Amino acid sequence: MYTYSEFDAAFVAERNRQFRAQVARRVDGSLTENEFKPLRLMNGLYLQLHAYMLRVAIPYGTLGSHQMRQLAVIAERWDKGHGHFTTRQNIQFNWPKLADVPDILDALGEVQMHAIQTSGNTIRNVTADHFAGAAADEVADPRPIAELIRQWSTDHPEFQALPRKFKVAVTGSPMDRAVTLAHDIGLRIVRRDGLIGYQVIVGGGLGRTPMIGKVLHDFLPEEDLLPYIEAVVSVWNSIGRRDNKFKSRIKITVHEHGVDDIRARVDLRYALIRPQFSGIDQQMLGAIRDDFRAPEFRVAPTDTYDAARKANPVFRAWADTNLAEHRAPGYAIVSISLKAHGETPGDATAEQMRVMADLAERYGHDELRISHEQNVILPHIHQSDLHAVHAALREVGLATANIGLISDIIACPGMDYCTLATARSIPIAQEIATRFDALKLEHEIGEMKIKISGCINACGHHHVGHIGILGLDRAGVENYQITIGGDGGADARLGDRTGPGFSADDIVPAIETIMLTYLKHRSNPSETFLAAYRRLGMAPFKTALYGEAEAAKAAKRKAVADVAA
Amino acid sequence: MPREFTPKVVTANTLLEGDVVYLTADDSWTRLLSEADILTDEADADLRLLTAESRASQVVGAYLADVSITDTGPEPTHFREEFRRTGPSNYFHGKQADLN
Ligand code: HEM
Ligand code: SF4
Repeated sequence: MYTYSEFDAAFVAERNRQFRAQVARRVDGSLTENEFKPLRLMNGLYLQLHAYMLRVAIPYGTLGSHQMRQLAVIAERWDKGHGHFTTRQNIQFNWPKLADVPDILDALGEVQMHAIQTSGNTIRNVTADHFAGAAADEVADPRPIAELIRQWSTDHPEFQALPRKFKVAVTGSPMDRAVTLAHDIGLRIVRRDGLIGYQVIVGGGLGRTPMIGKVLHDFLPEEDLLPYIEAVVSVWNSIGRRDNKFKSRIKITVHEHGVDDIRARVDLRYALIRPQFSGIDQQMLGAIRDDFRAPEFRVAPTDTYDAARKANPVFRAWADTNLAEHRAPGYAIVSISLKAHGETPGDATAEQMRVMADLAERYGHDELRISHEQNVILPHIHQSDLHAVHAALREVGLATANIGLISDIIACPGMDYCTLATARSIPIAQEIATRFDALKLEHEIGEMKIKISGCINACGHHHVGHIGILGLDRAGVENYQITIGGDGGADARLGDRTGPGFSADDIVPAIETIMLTYLKHRSNPSETFLAAYRRLGMAPFKTALYGEAEAAKAAKRKAVADVAA
Repeated sequence: MPREFTPKVVTANTLLEGDVVYLTADDSWTRLLSEADILTDEADADLRLLTAESRASQVVGAYLADVSITDTGPEPTHFREEFRRTGPSNYFHGKQADLN
C-alpha cells in the first residue's frame, strides 16, 4: 500500500497545526464565522442539522487495518460509536464537537489520513474501482494513477478556487465499478493492440442537472495523462461559469460549448503545458506502482471451502451473493454488506470496524476497501479462509447475504442529518430492506440497485439507480419521486420518471408494486429488472402505479409531445 | 398585500457543539423548543434575530423558524424543524437522548 512521504506527513501536520490555531481563534472570538467557515470547510468540517460533520477522505477507497482501527477509535472517542461510509469513498462522522476536531485530525494524521479537499471548490477525493488490484476482469490496477492524481491535485495552487467542486474517478476494468460516466472526469484504463492507455470522459455528473459524461479522448498514452487532465481542469477553470452556482460544474461547460469545442481548447492548452511536465511525474508513478505491488498470493488447497459450502447453506448463500472473482487462483474478493436489513446503509460501529480490520490483518493481506455502494471490501481472501471470515462477520452482524440485491441500497444522510435535505432517505431505505426481507422476495428479484437521495443534489446517486428515489418537500410534507431504468455501470444511463411522487407512507408499497410488476412480466427468471424495463418500457409500470386512466393520459401527452417535436 | 406574519422562534446551532438551540424570552439559549420565546410581531422578530446574530461567540446560523402556538407551547410547522427538535430518526441520538 502507498505510504506517505515525509513531505506528505509534514504537510498534513502543518495544516492540522494551522487549523488548531484557527479553531482557537474562532472560539476566543478573534475570527468571525464568515472568516472561519471557509477555513473549516477546507478541512472537511461542515455544520449539519444537529451537529458538526467531519468528512474524511479514503483515497481510492483503499485503507489498511491500522487505519480502519483508528477510524474506530475516532468513532468511539469523539462520535457516537459509528462512522458513515459514503458513495465517494469517504467516511463521515456526524457528531464531532468543534474543539475536538483538531485532535481528530491529528489522530487521522497518525495513520496518514486527513480531511483536506473533502469540501470546497477543489479537486475532491479521487475514487476508484473498489475491486482494484484484485478483480479477475481488470486491465490494470487504477490506484497508482489515482494516487498520482491525488498528489498532483492536493494543494495544487491553480486549483484551490475552481468554479465548483471537481470529482475524478478511475476504473481499470471494463465492468465499470467506479461510475466514471457520472464524474467530472472519468478515466478508464483500456488496452489496445497490447498497449495500455486511458479513455478520458468528461462532463458527467448527477445533482440538479444529471448528465452522462462524454468521451474527450479515446486513447491517451499514460505519460500524457497528467498534463492532459491539467489542461482539462485549467480550461474549465478559465471558462467555467462562476455567475451561477447551478451552472458552474464542468458538465454545464461541456454542454454549453459542446465537447468538440472543449476538446479543441484542451488541445491548445495541452500543447502549452505539456513541456512543463519533464517526466518526473512518470518517475513518481513508477515509484507509486511499487507501493501497489500485489501481495504474495498463497497457493493452497481449496477443498475446505468446497466442503463448507456443501455443509452450511447459510455460508453458501452468503458466498453466492457476496463474493466476486479474484484474479489469483484460489482467492476471492469479499464484499461485506453494511446493509443489514433495517440498519442505516453505510454505517459501521466501532466494533464492526475493528472486526473488519482484524479480518483484513489475519486473512486479507492487511487490505480493506470502501465501495461507492457503501460497503466494505476484503479484496484478497484465500478460499480456505472464507468460512472463518464468514463466521467472524456473523458475530457482529456483518454477514448479510445481500450484495447487489434489493436491500443493498445506497442512501444519502437526508433530512436525518443534512442541512440541504428536503426529505429523509435513511428510514425509506430501512423500510424497503425490512419489507422485502419479510416478503422473502429478495433473491427471487435478483440484481437490483435502489438508490435514494434526500434532495436534488443526488448524493445517493438516485439518477443511476435501477430504481431511484428522490425525496422532495411538497408543501411541508415529505414526497418521493421514483425513476426507473437508471444504470451506473459501464453503459451508464439516467433513469426515467414514473410520474407523480408518493407520500412517505406510500413509497414502500409503490416499490413493491414495481417489483411485482417486474416479476409478472419478466420473460424468464434470468431476465433482470433492468433488462425487463428496457424491453417493456414504462407503460406496465405506470399502469401498475397509477392505474389505466393515468397511464393513458401520460401516453397521450407523450404522443402529442412527440408530434410537436 | 403584505403576507400575514405567522408565529416564529429564533433558532441556531451552538458554536462549540453544533447543537440546535432556541432563543428564550430573557435572551438566553435553550435546547428545548418548549422554552423558546414565541415571536408574533414581525418587527420584534427581526430585532430578536439581529440580537441573536450578534452573539457569534455562542451560536452559528441563526434564523427564524415557523411554529404554531399550542397549549403545550410552540410546535414546529415543518418536518425539518421537527427533526431539529428531536434528533435523527435512525438512532436515538442527539437531543432526544441528551435531554434524558
Ligand atoms: C450531509 C452532508 C452532505 C452535504 C452537505 C452534501 C452536499 C452536496 C451538494 C451541495 C451536492 C451538489 C453538488 C453539485 O451538483 O454541484 C452534492 C452532491 C453529491 N454528493 Fe453530497 N453532501 C453530503 C453528503 C454526502 C454523502 C453522505 C454522500 C455519499 C453517500 C455524498 C455524495 C455525493 C455525490 C455522489 C454527489 C453527486 C455527484 C456529482 O457531483 O455529480 N454526499 N452533495
Ligand atoms: S442528496 Fe441532498 S439530502 Fe442527501 S446528502 Fe446530498 S445534499 Fe444532503
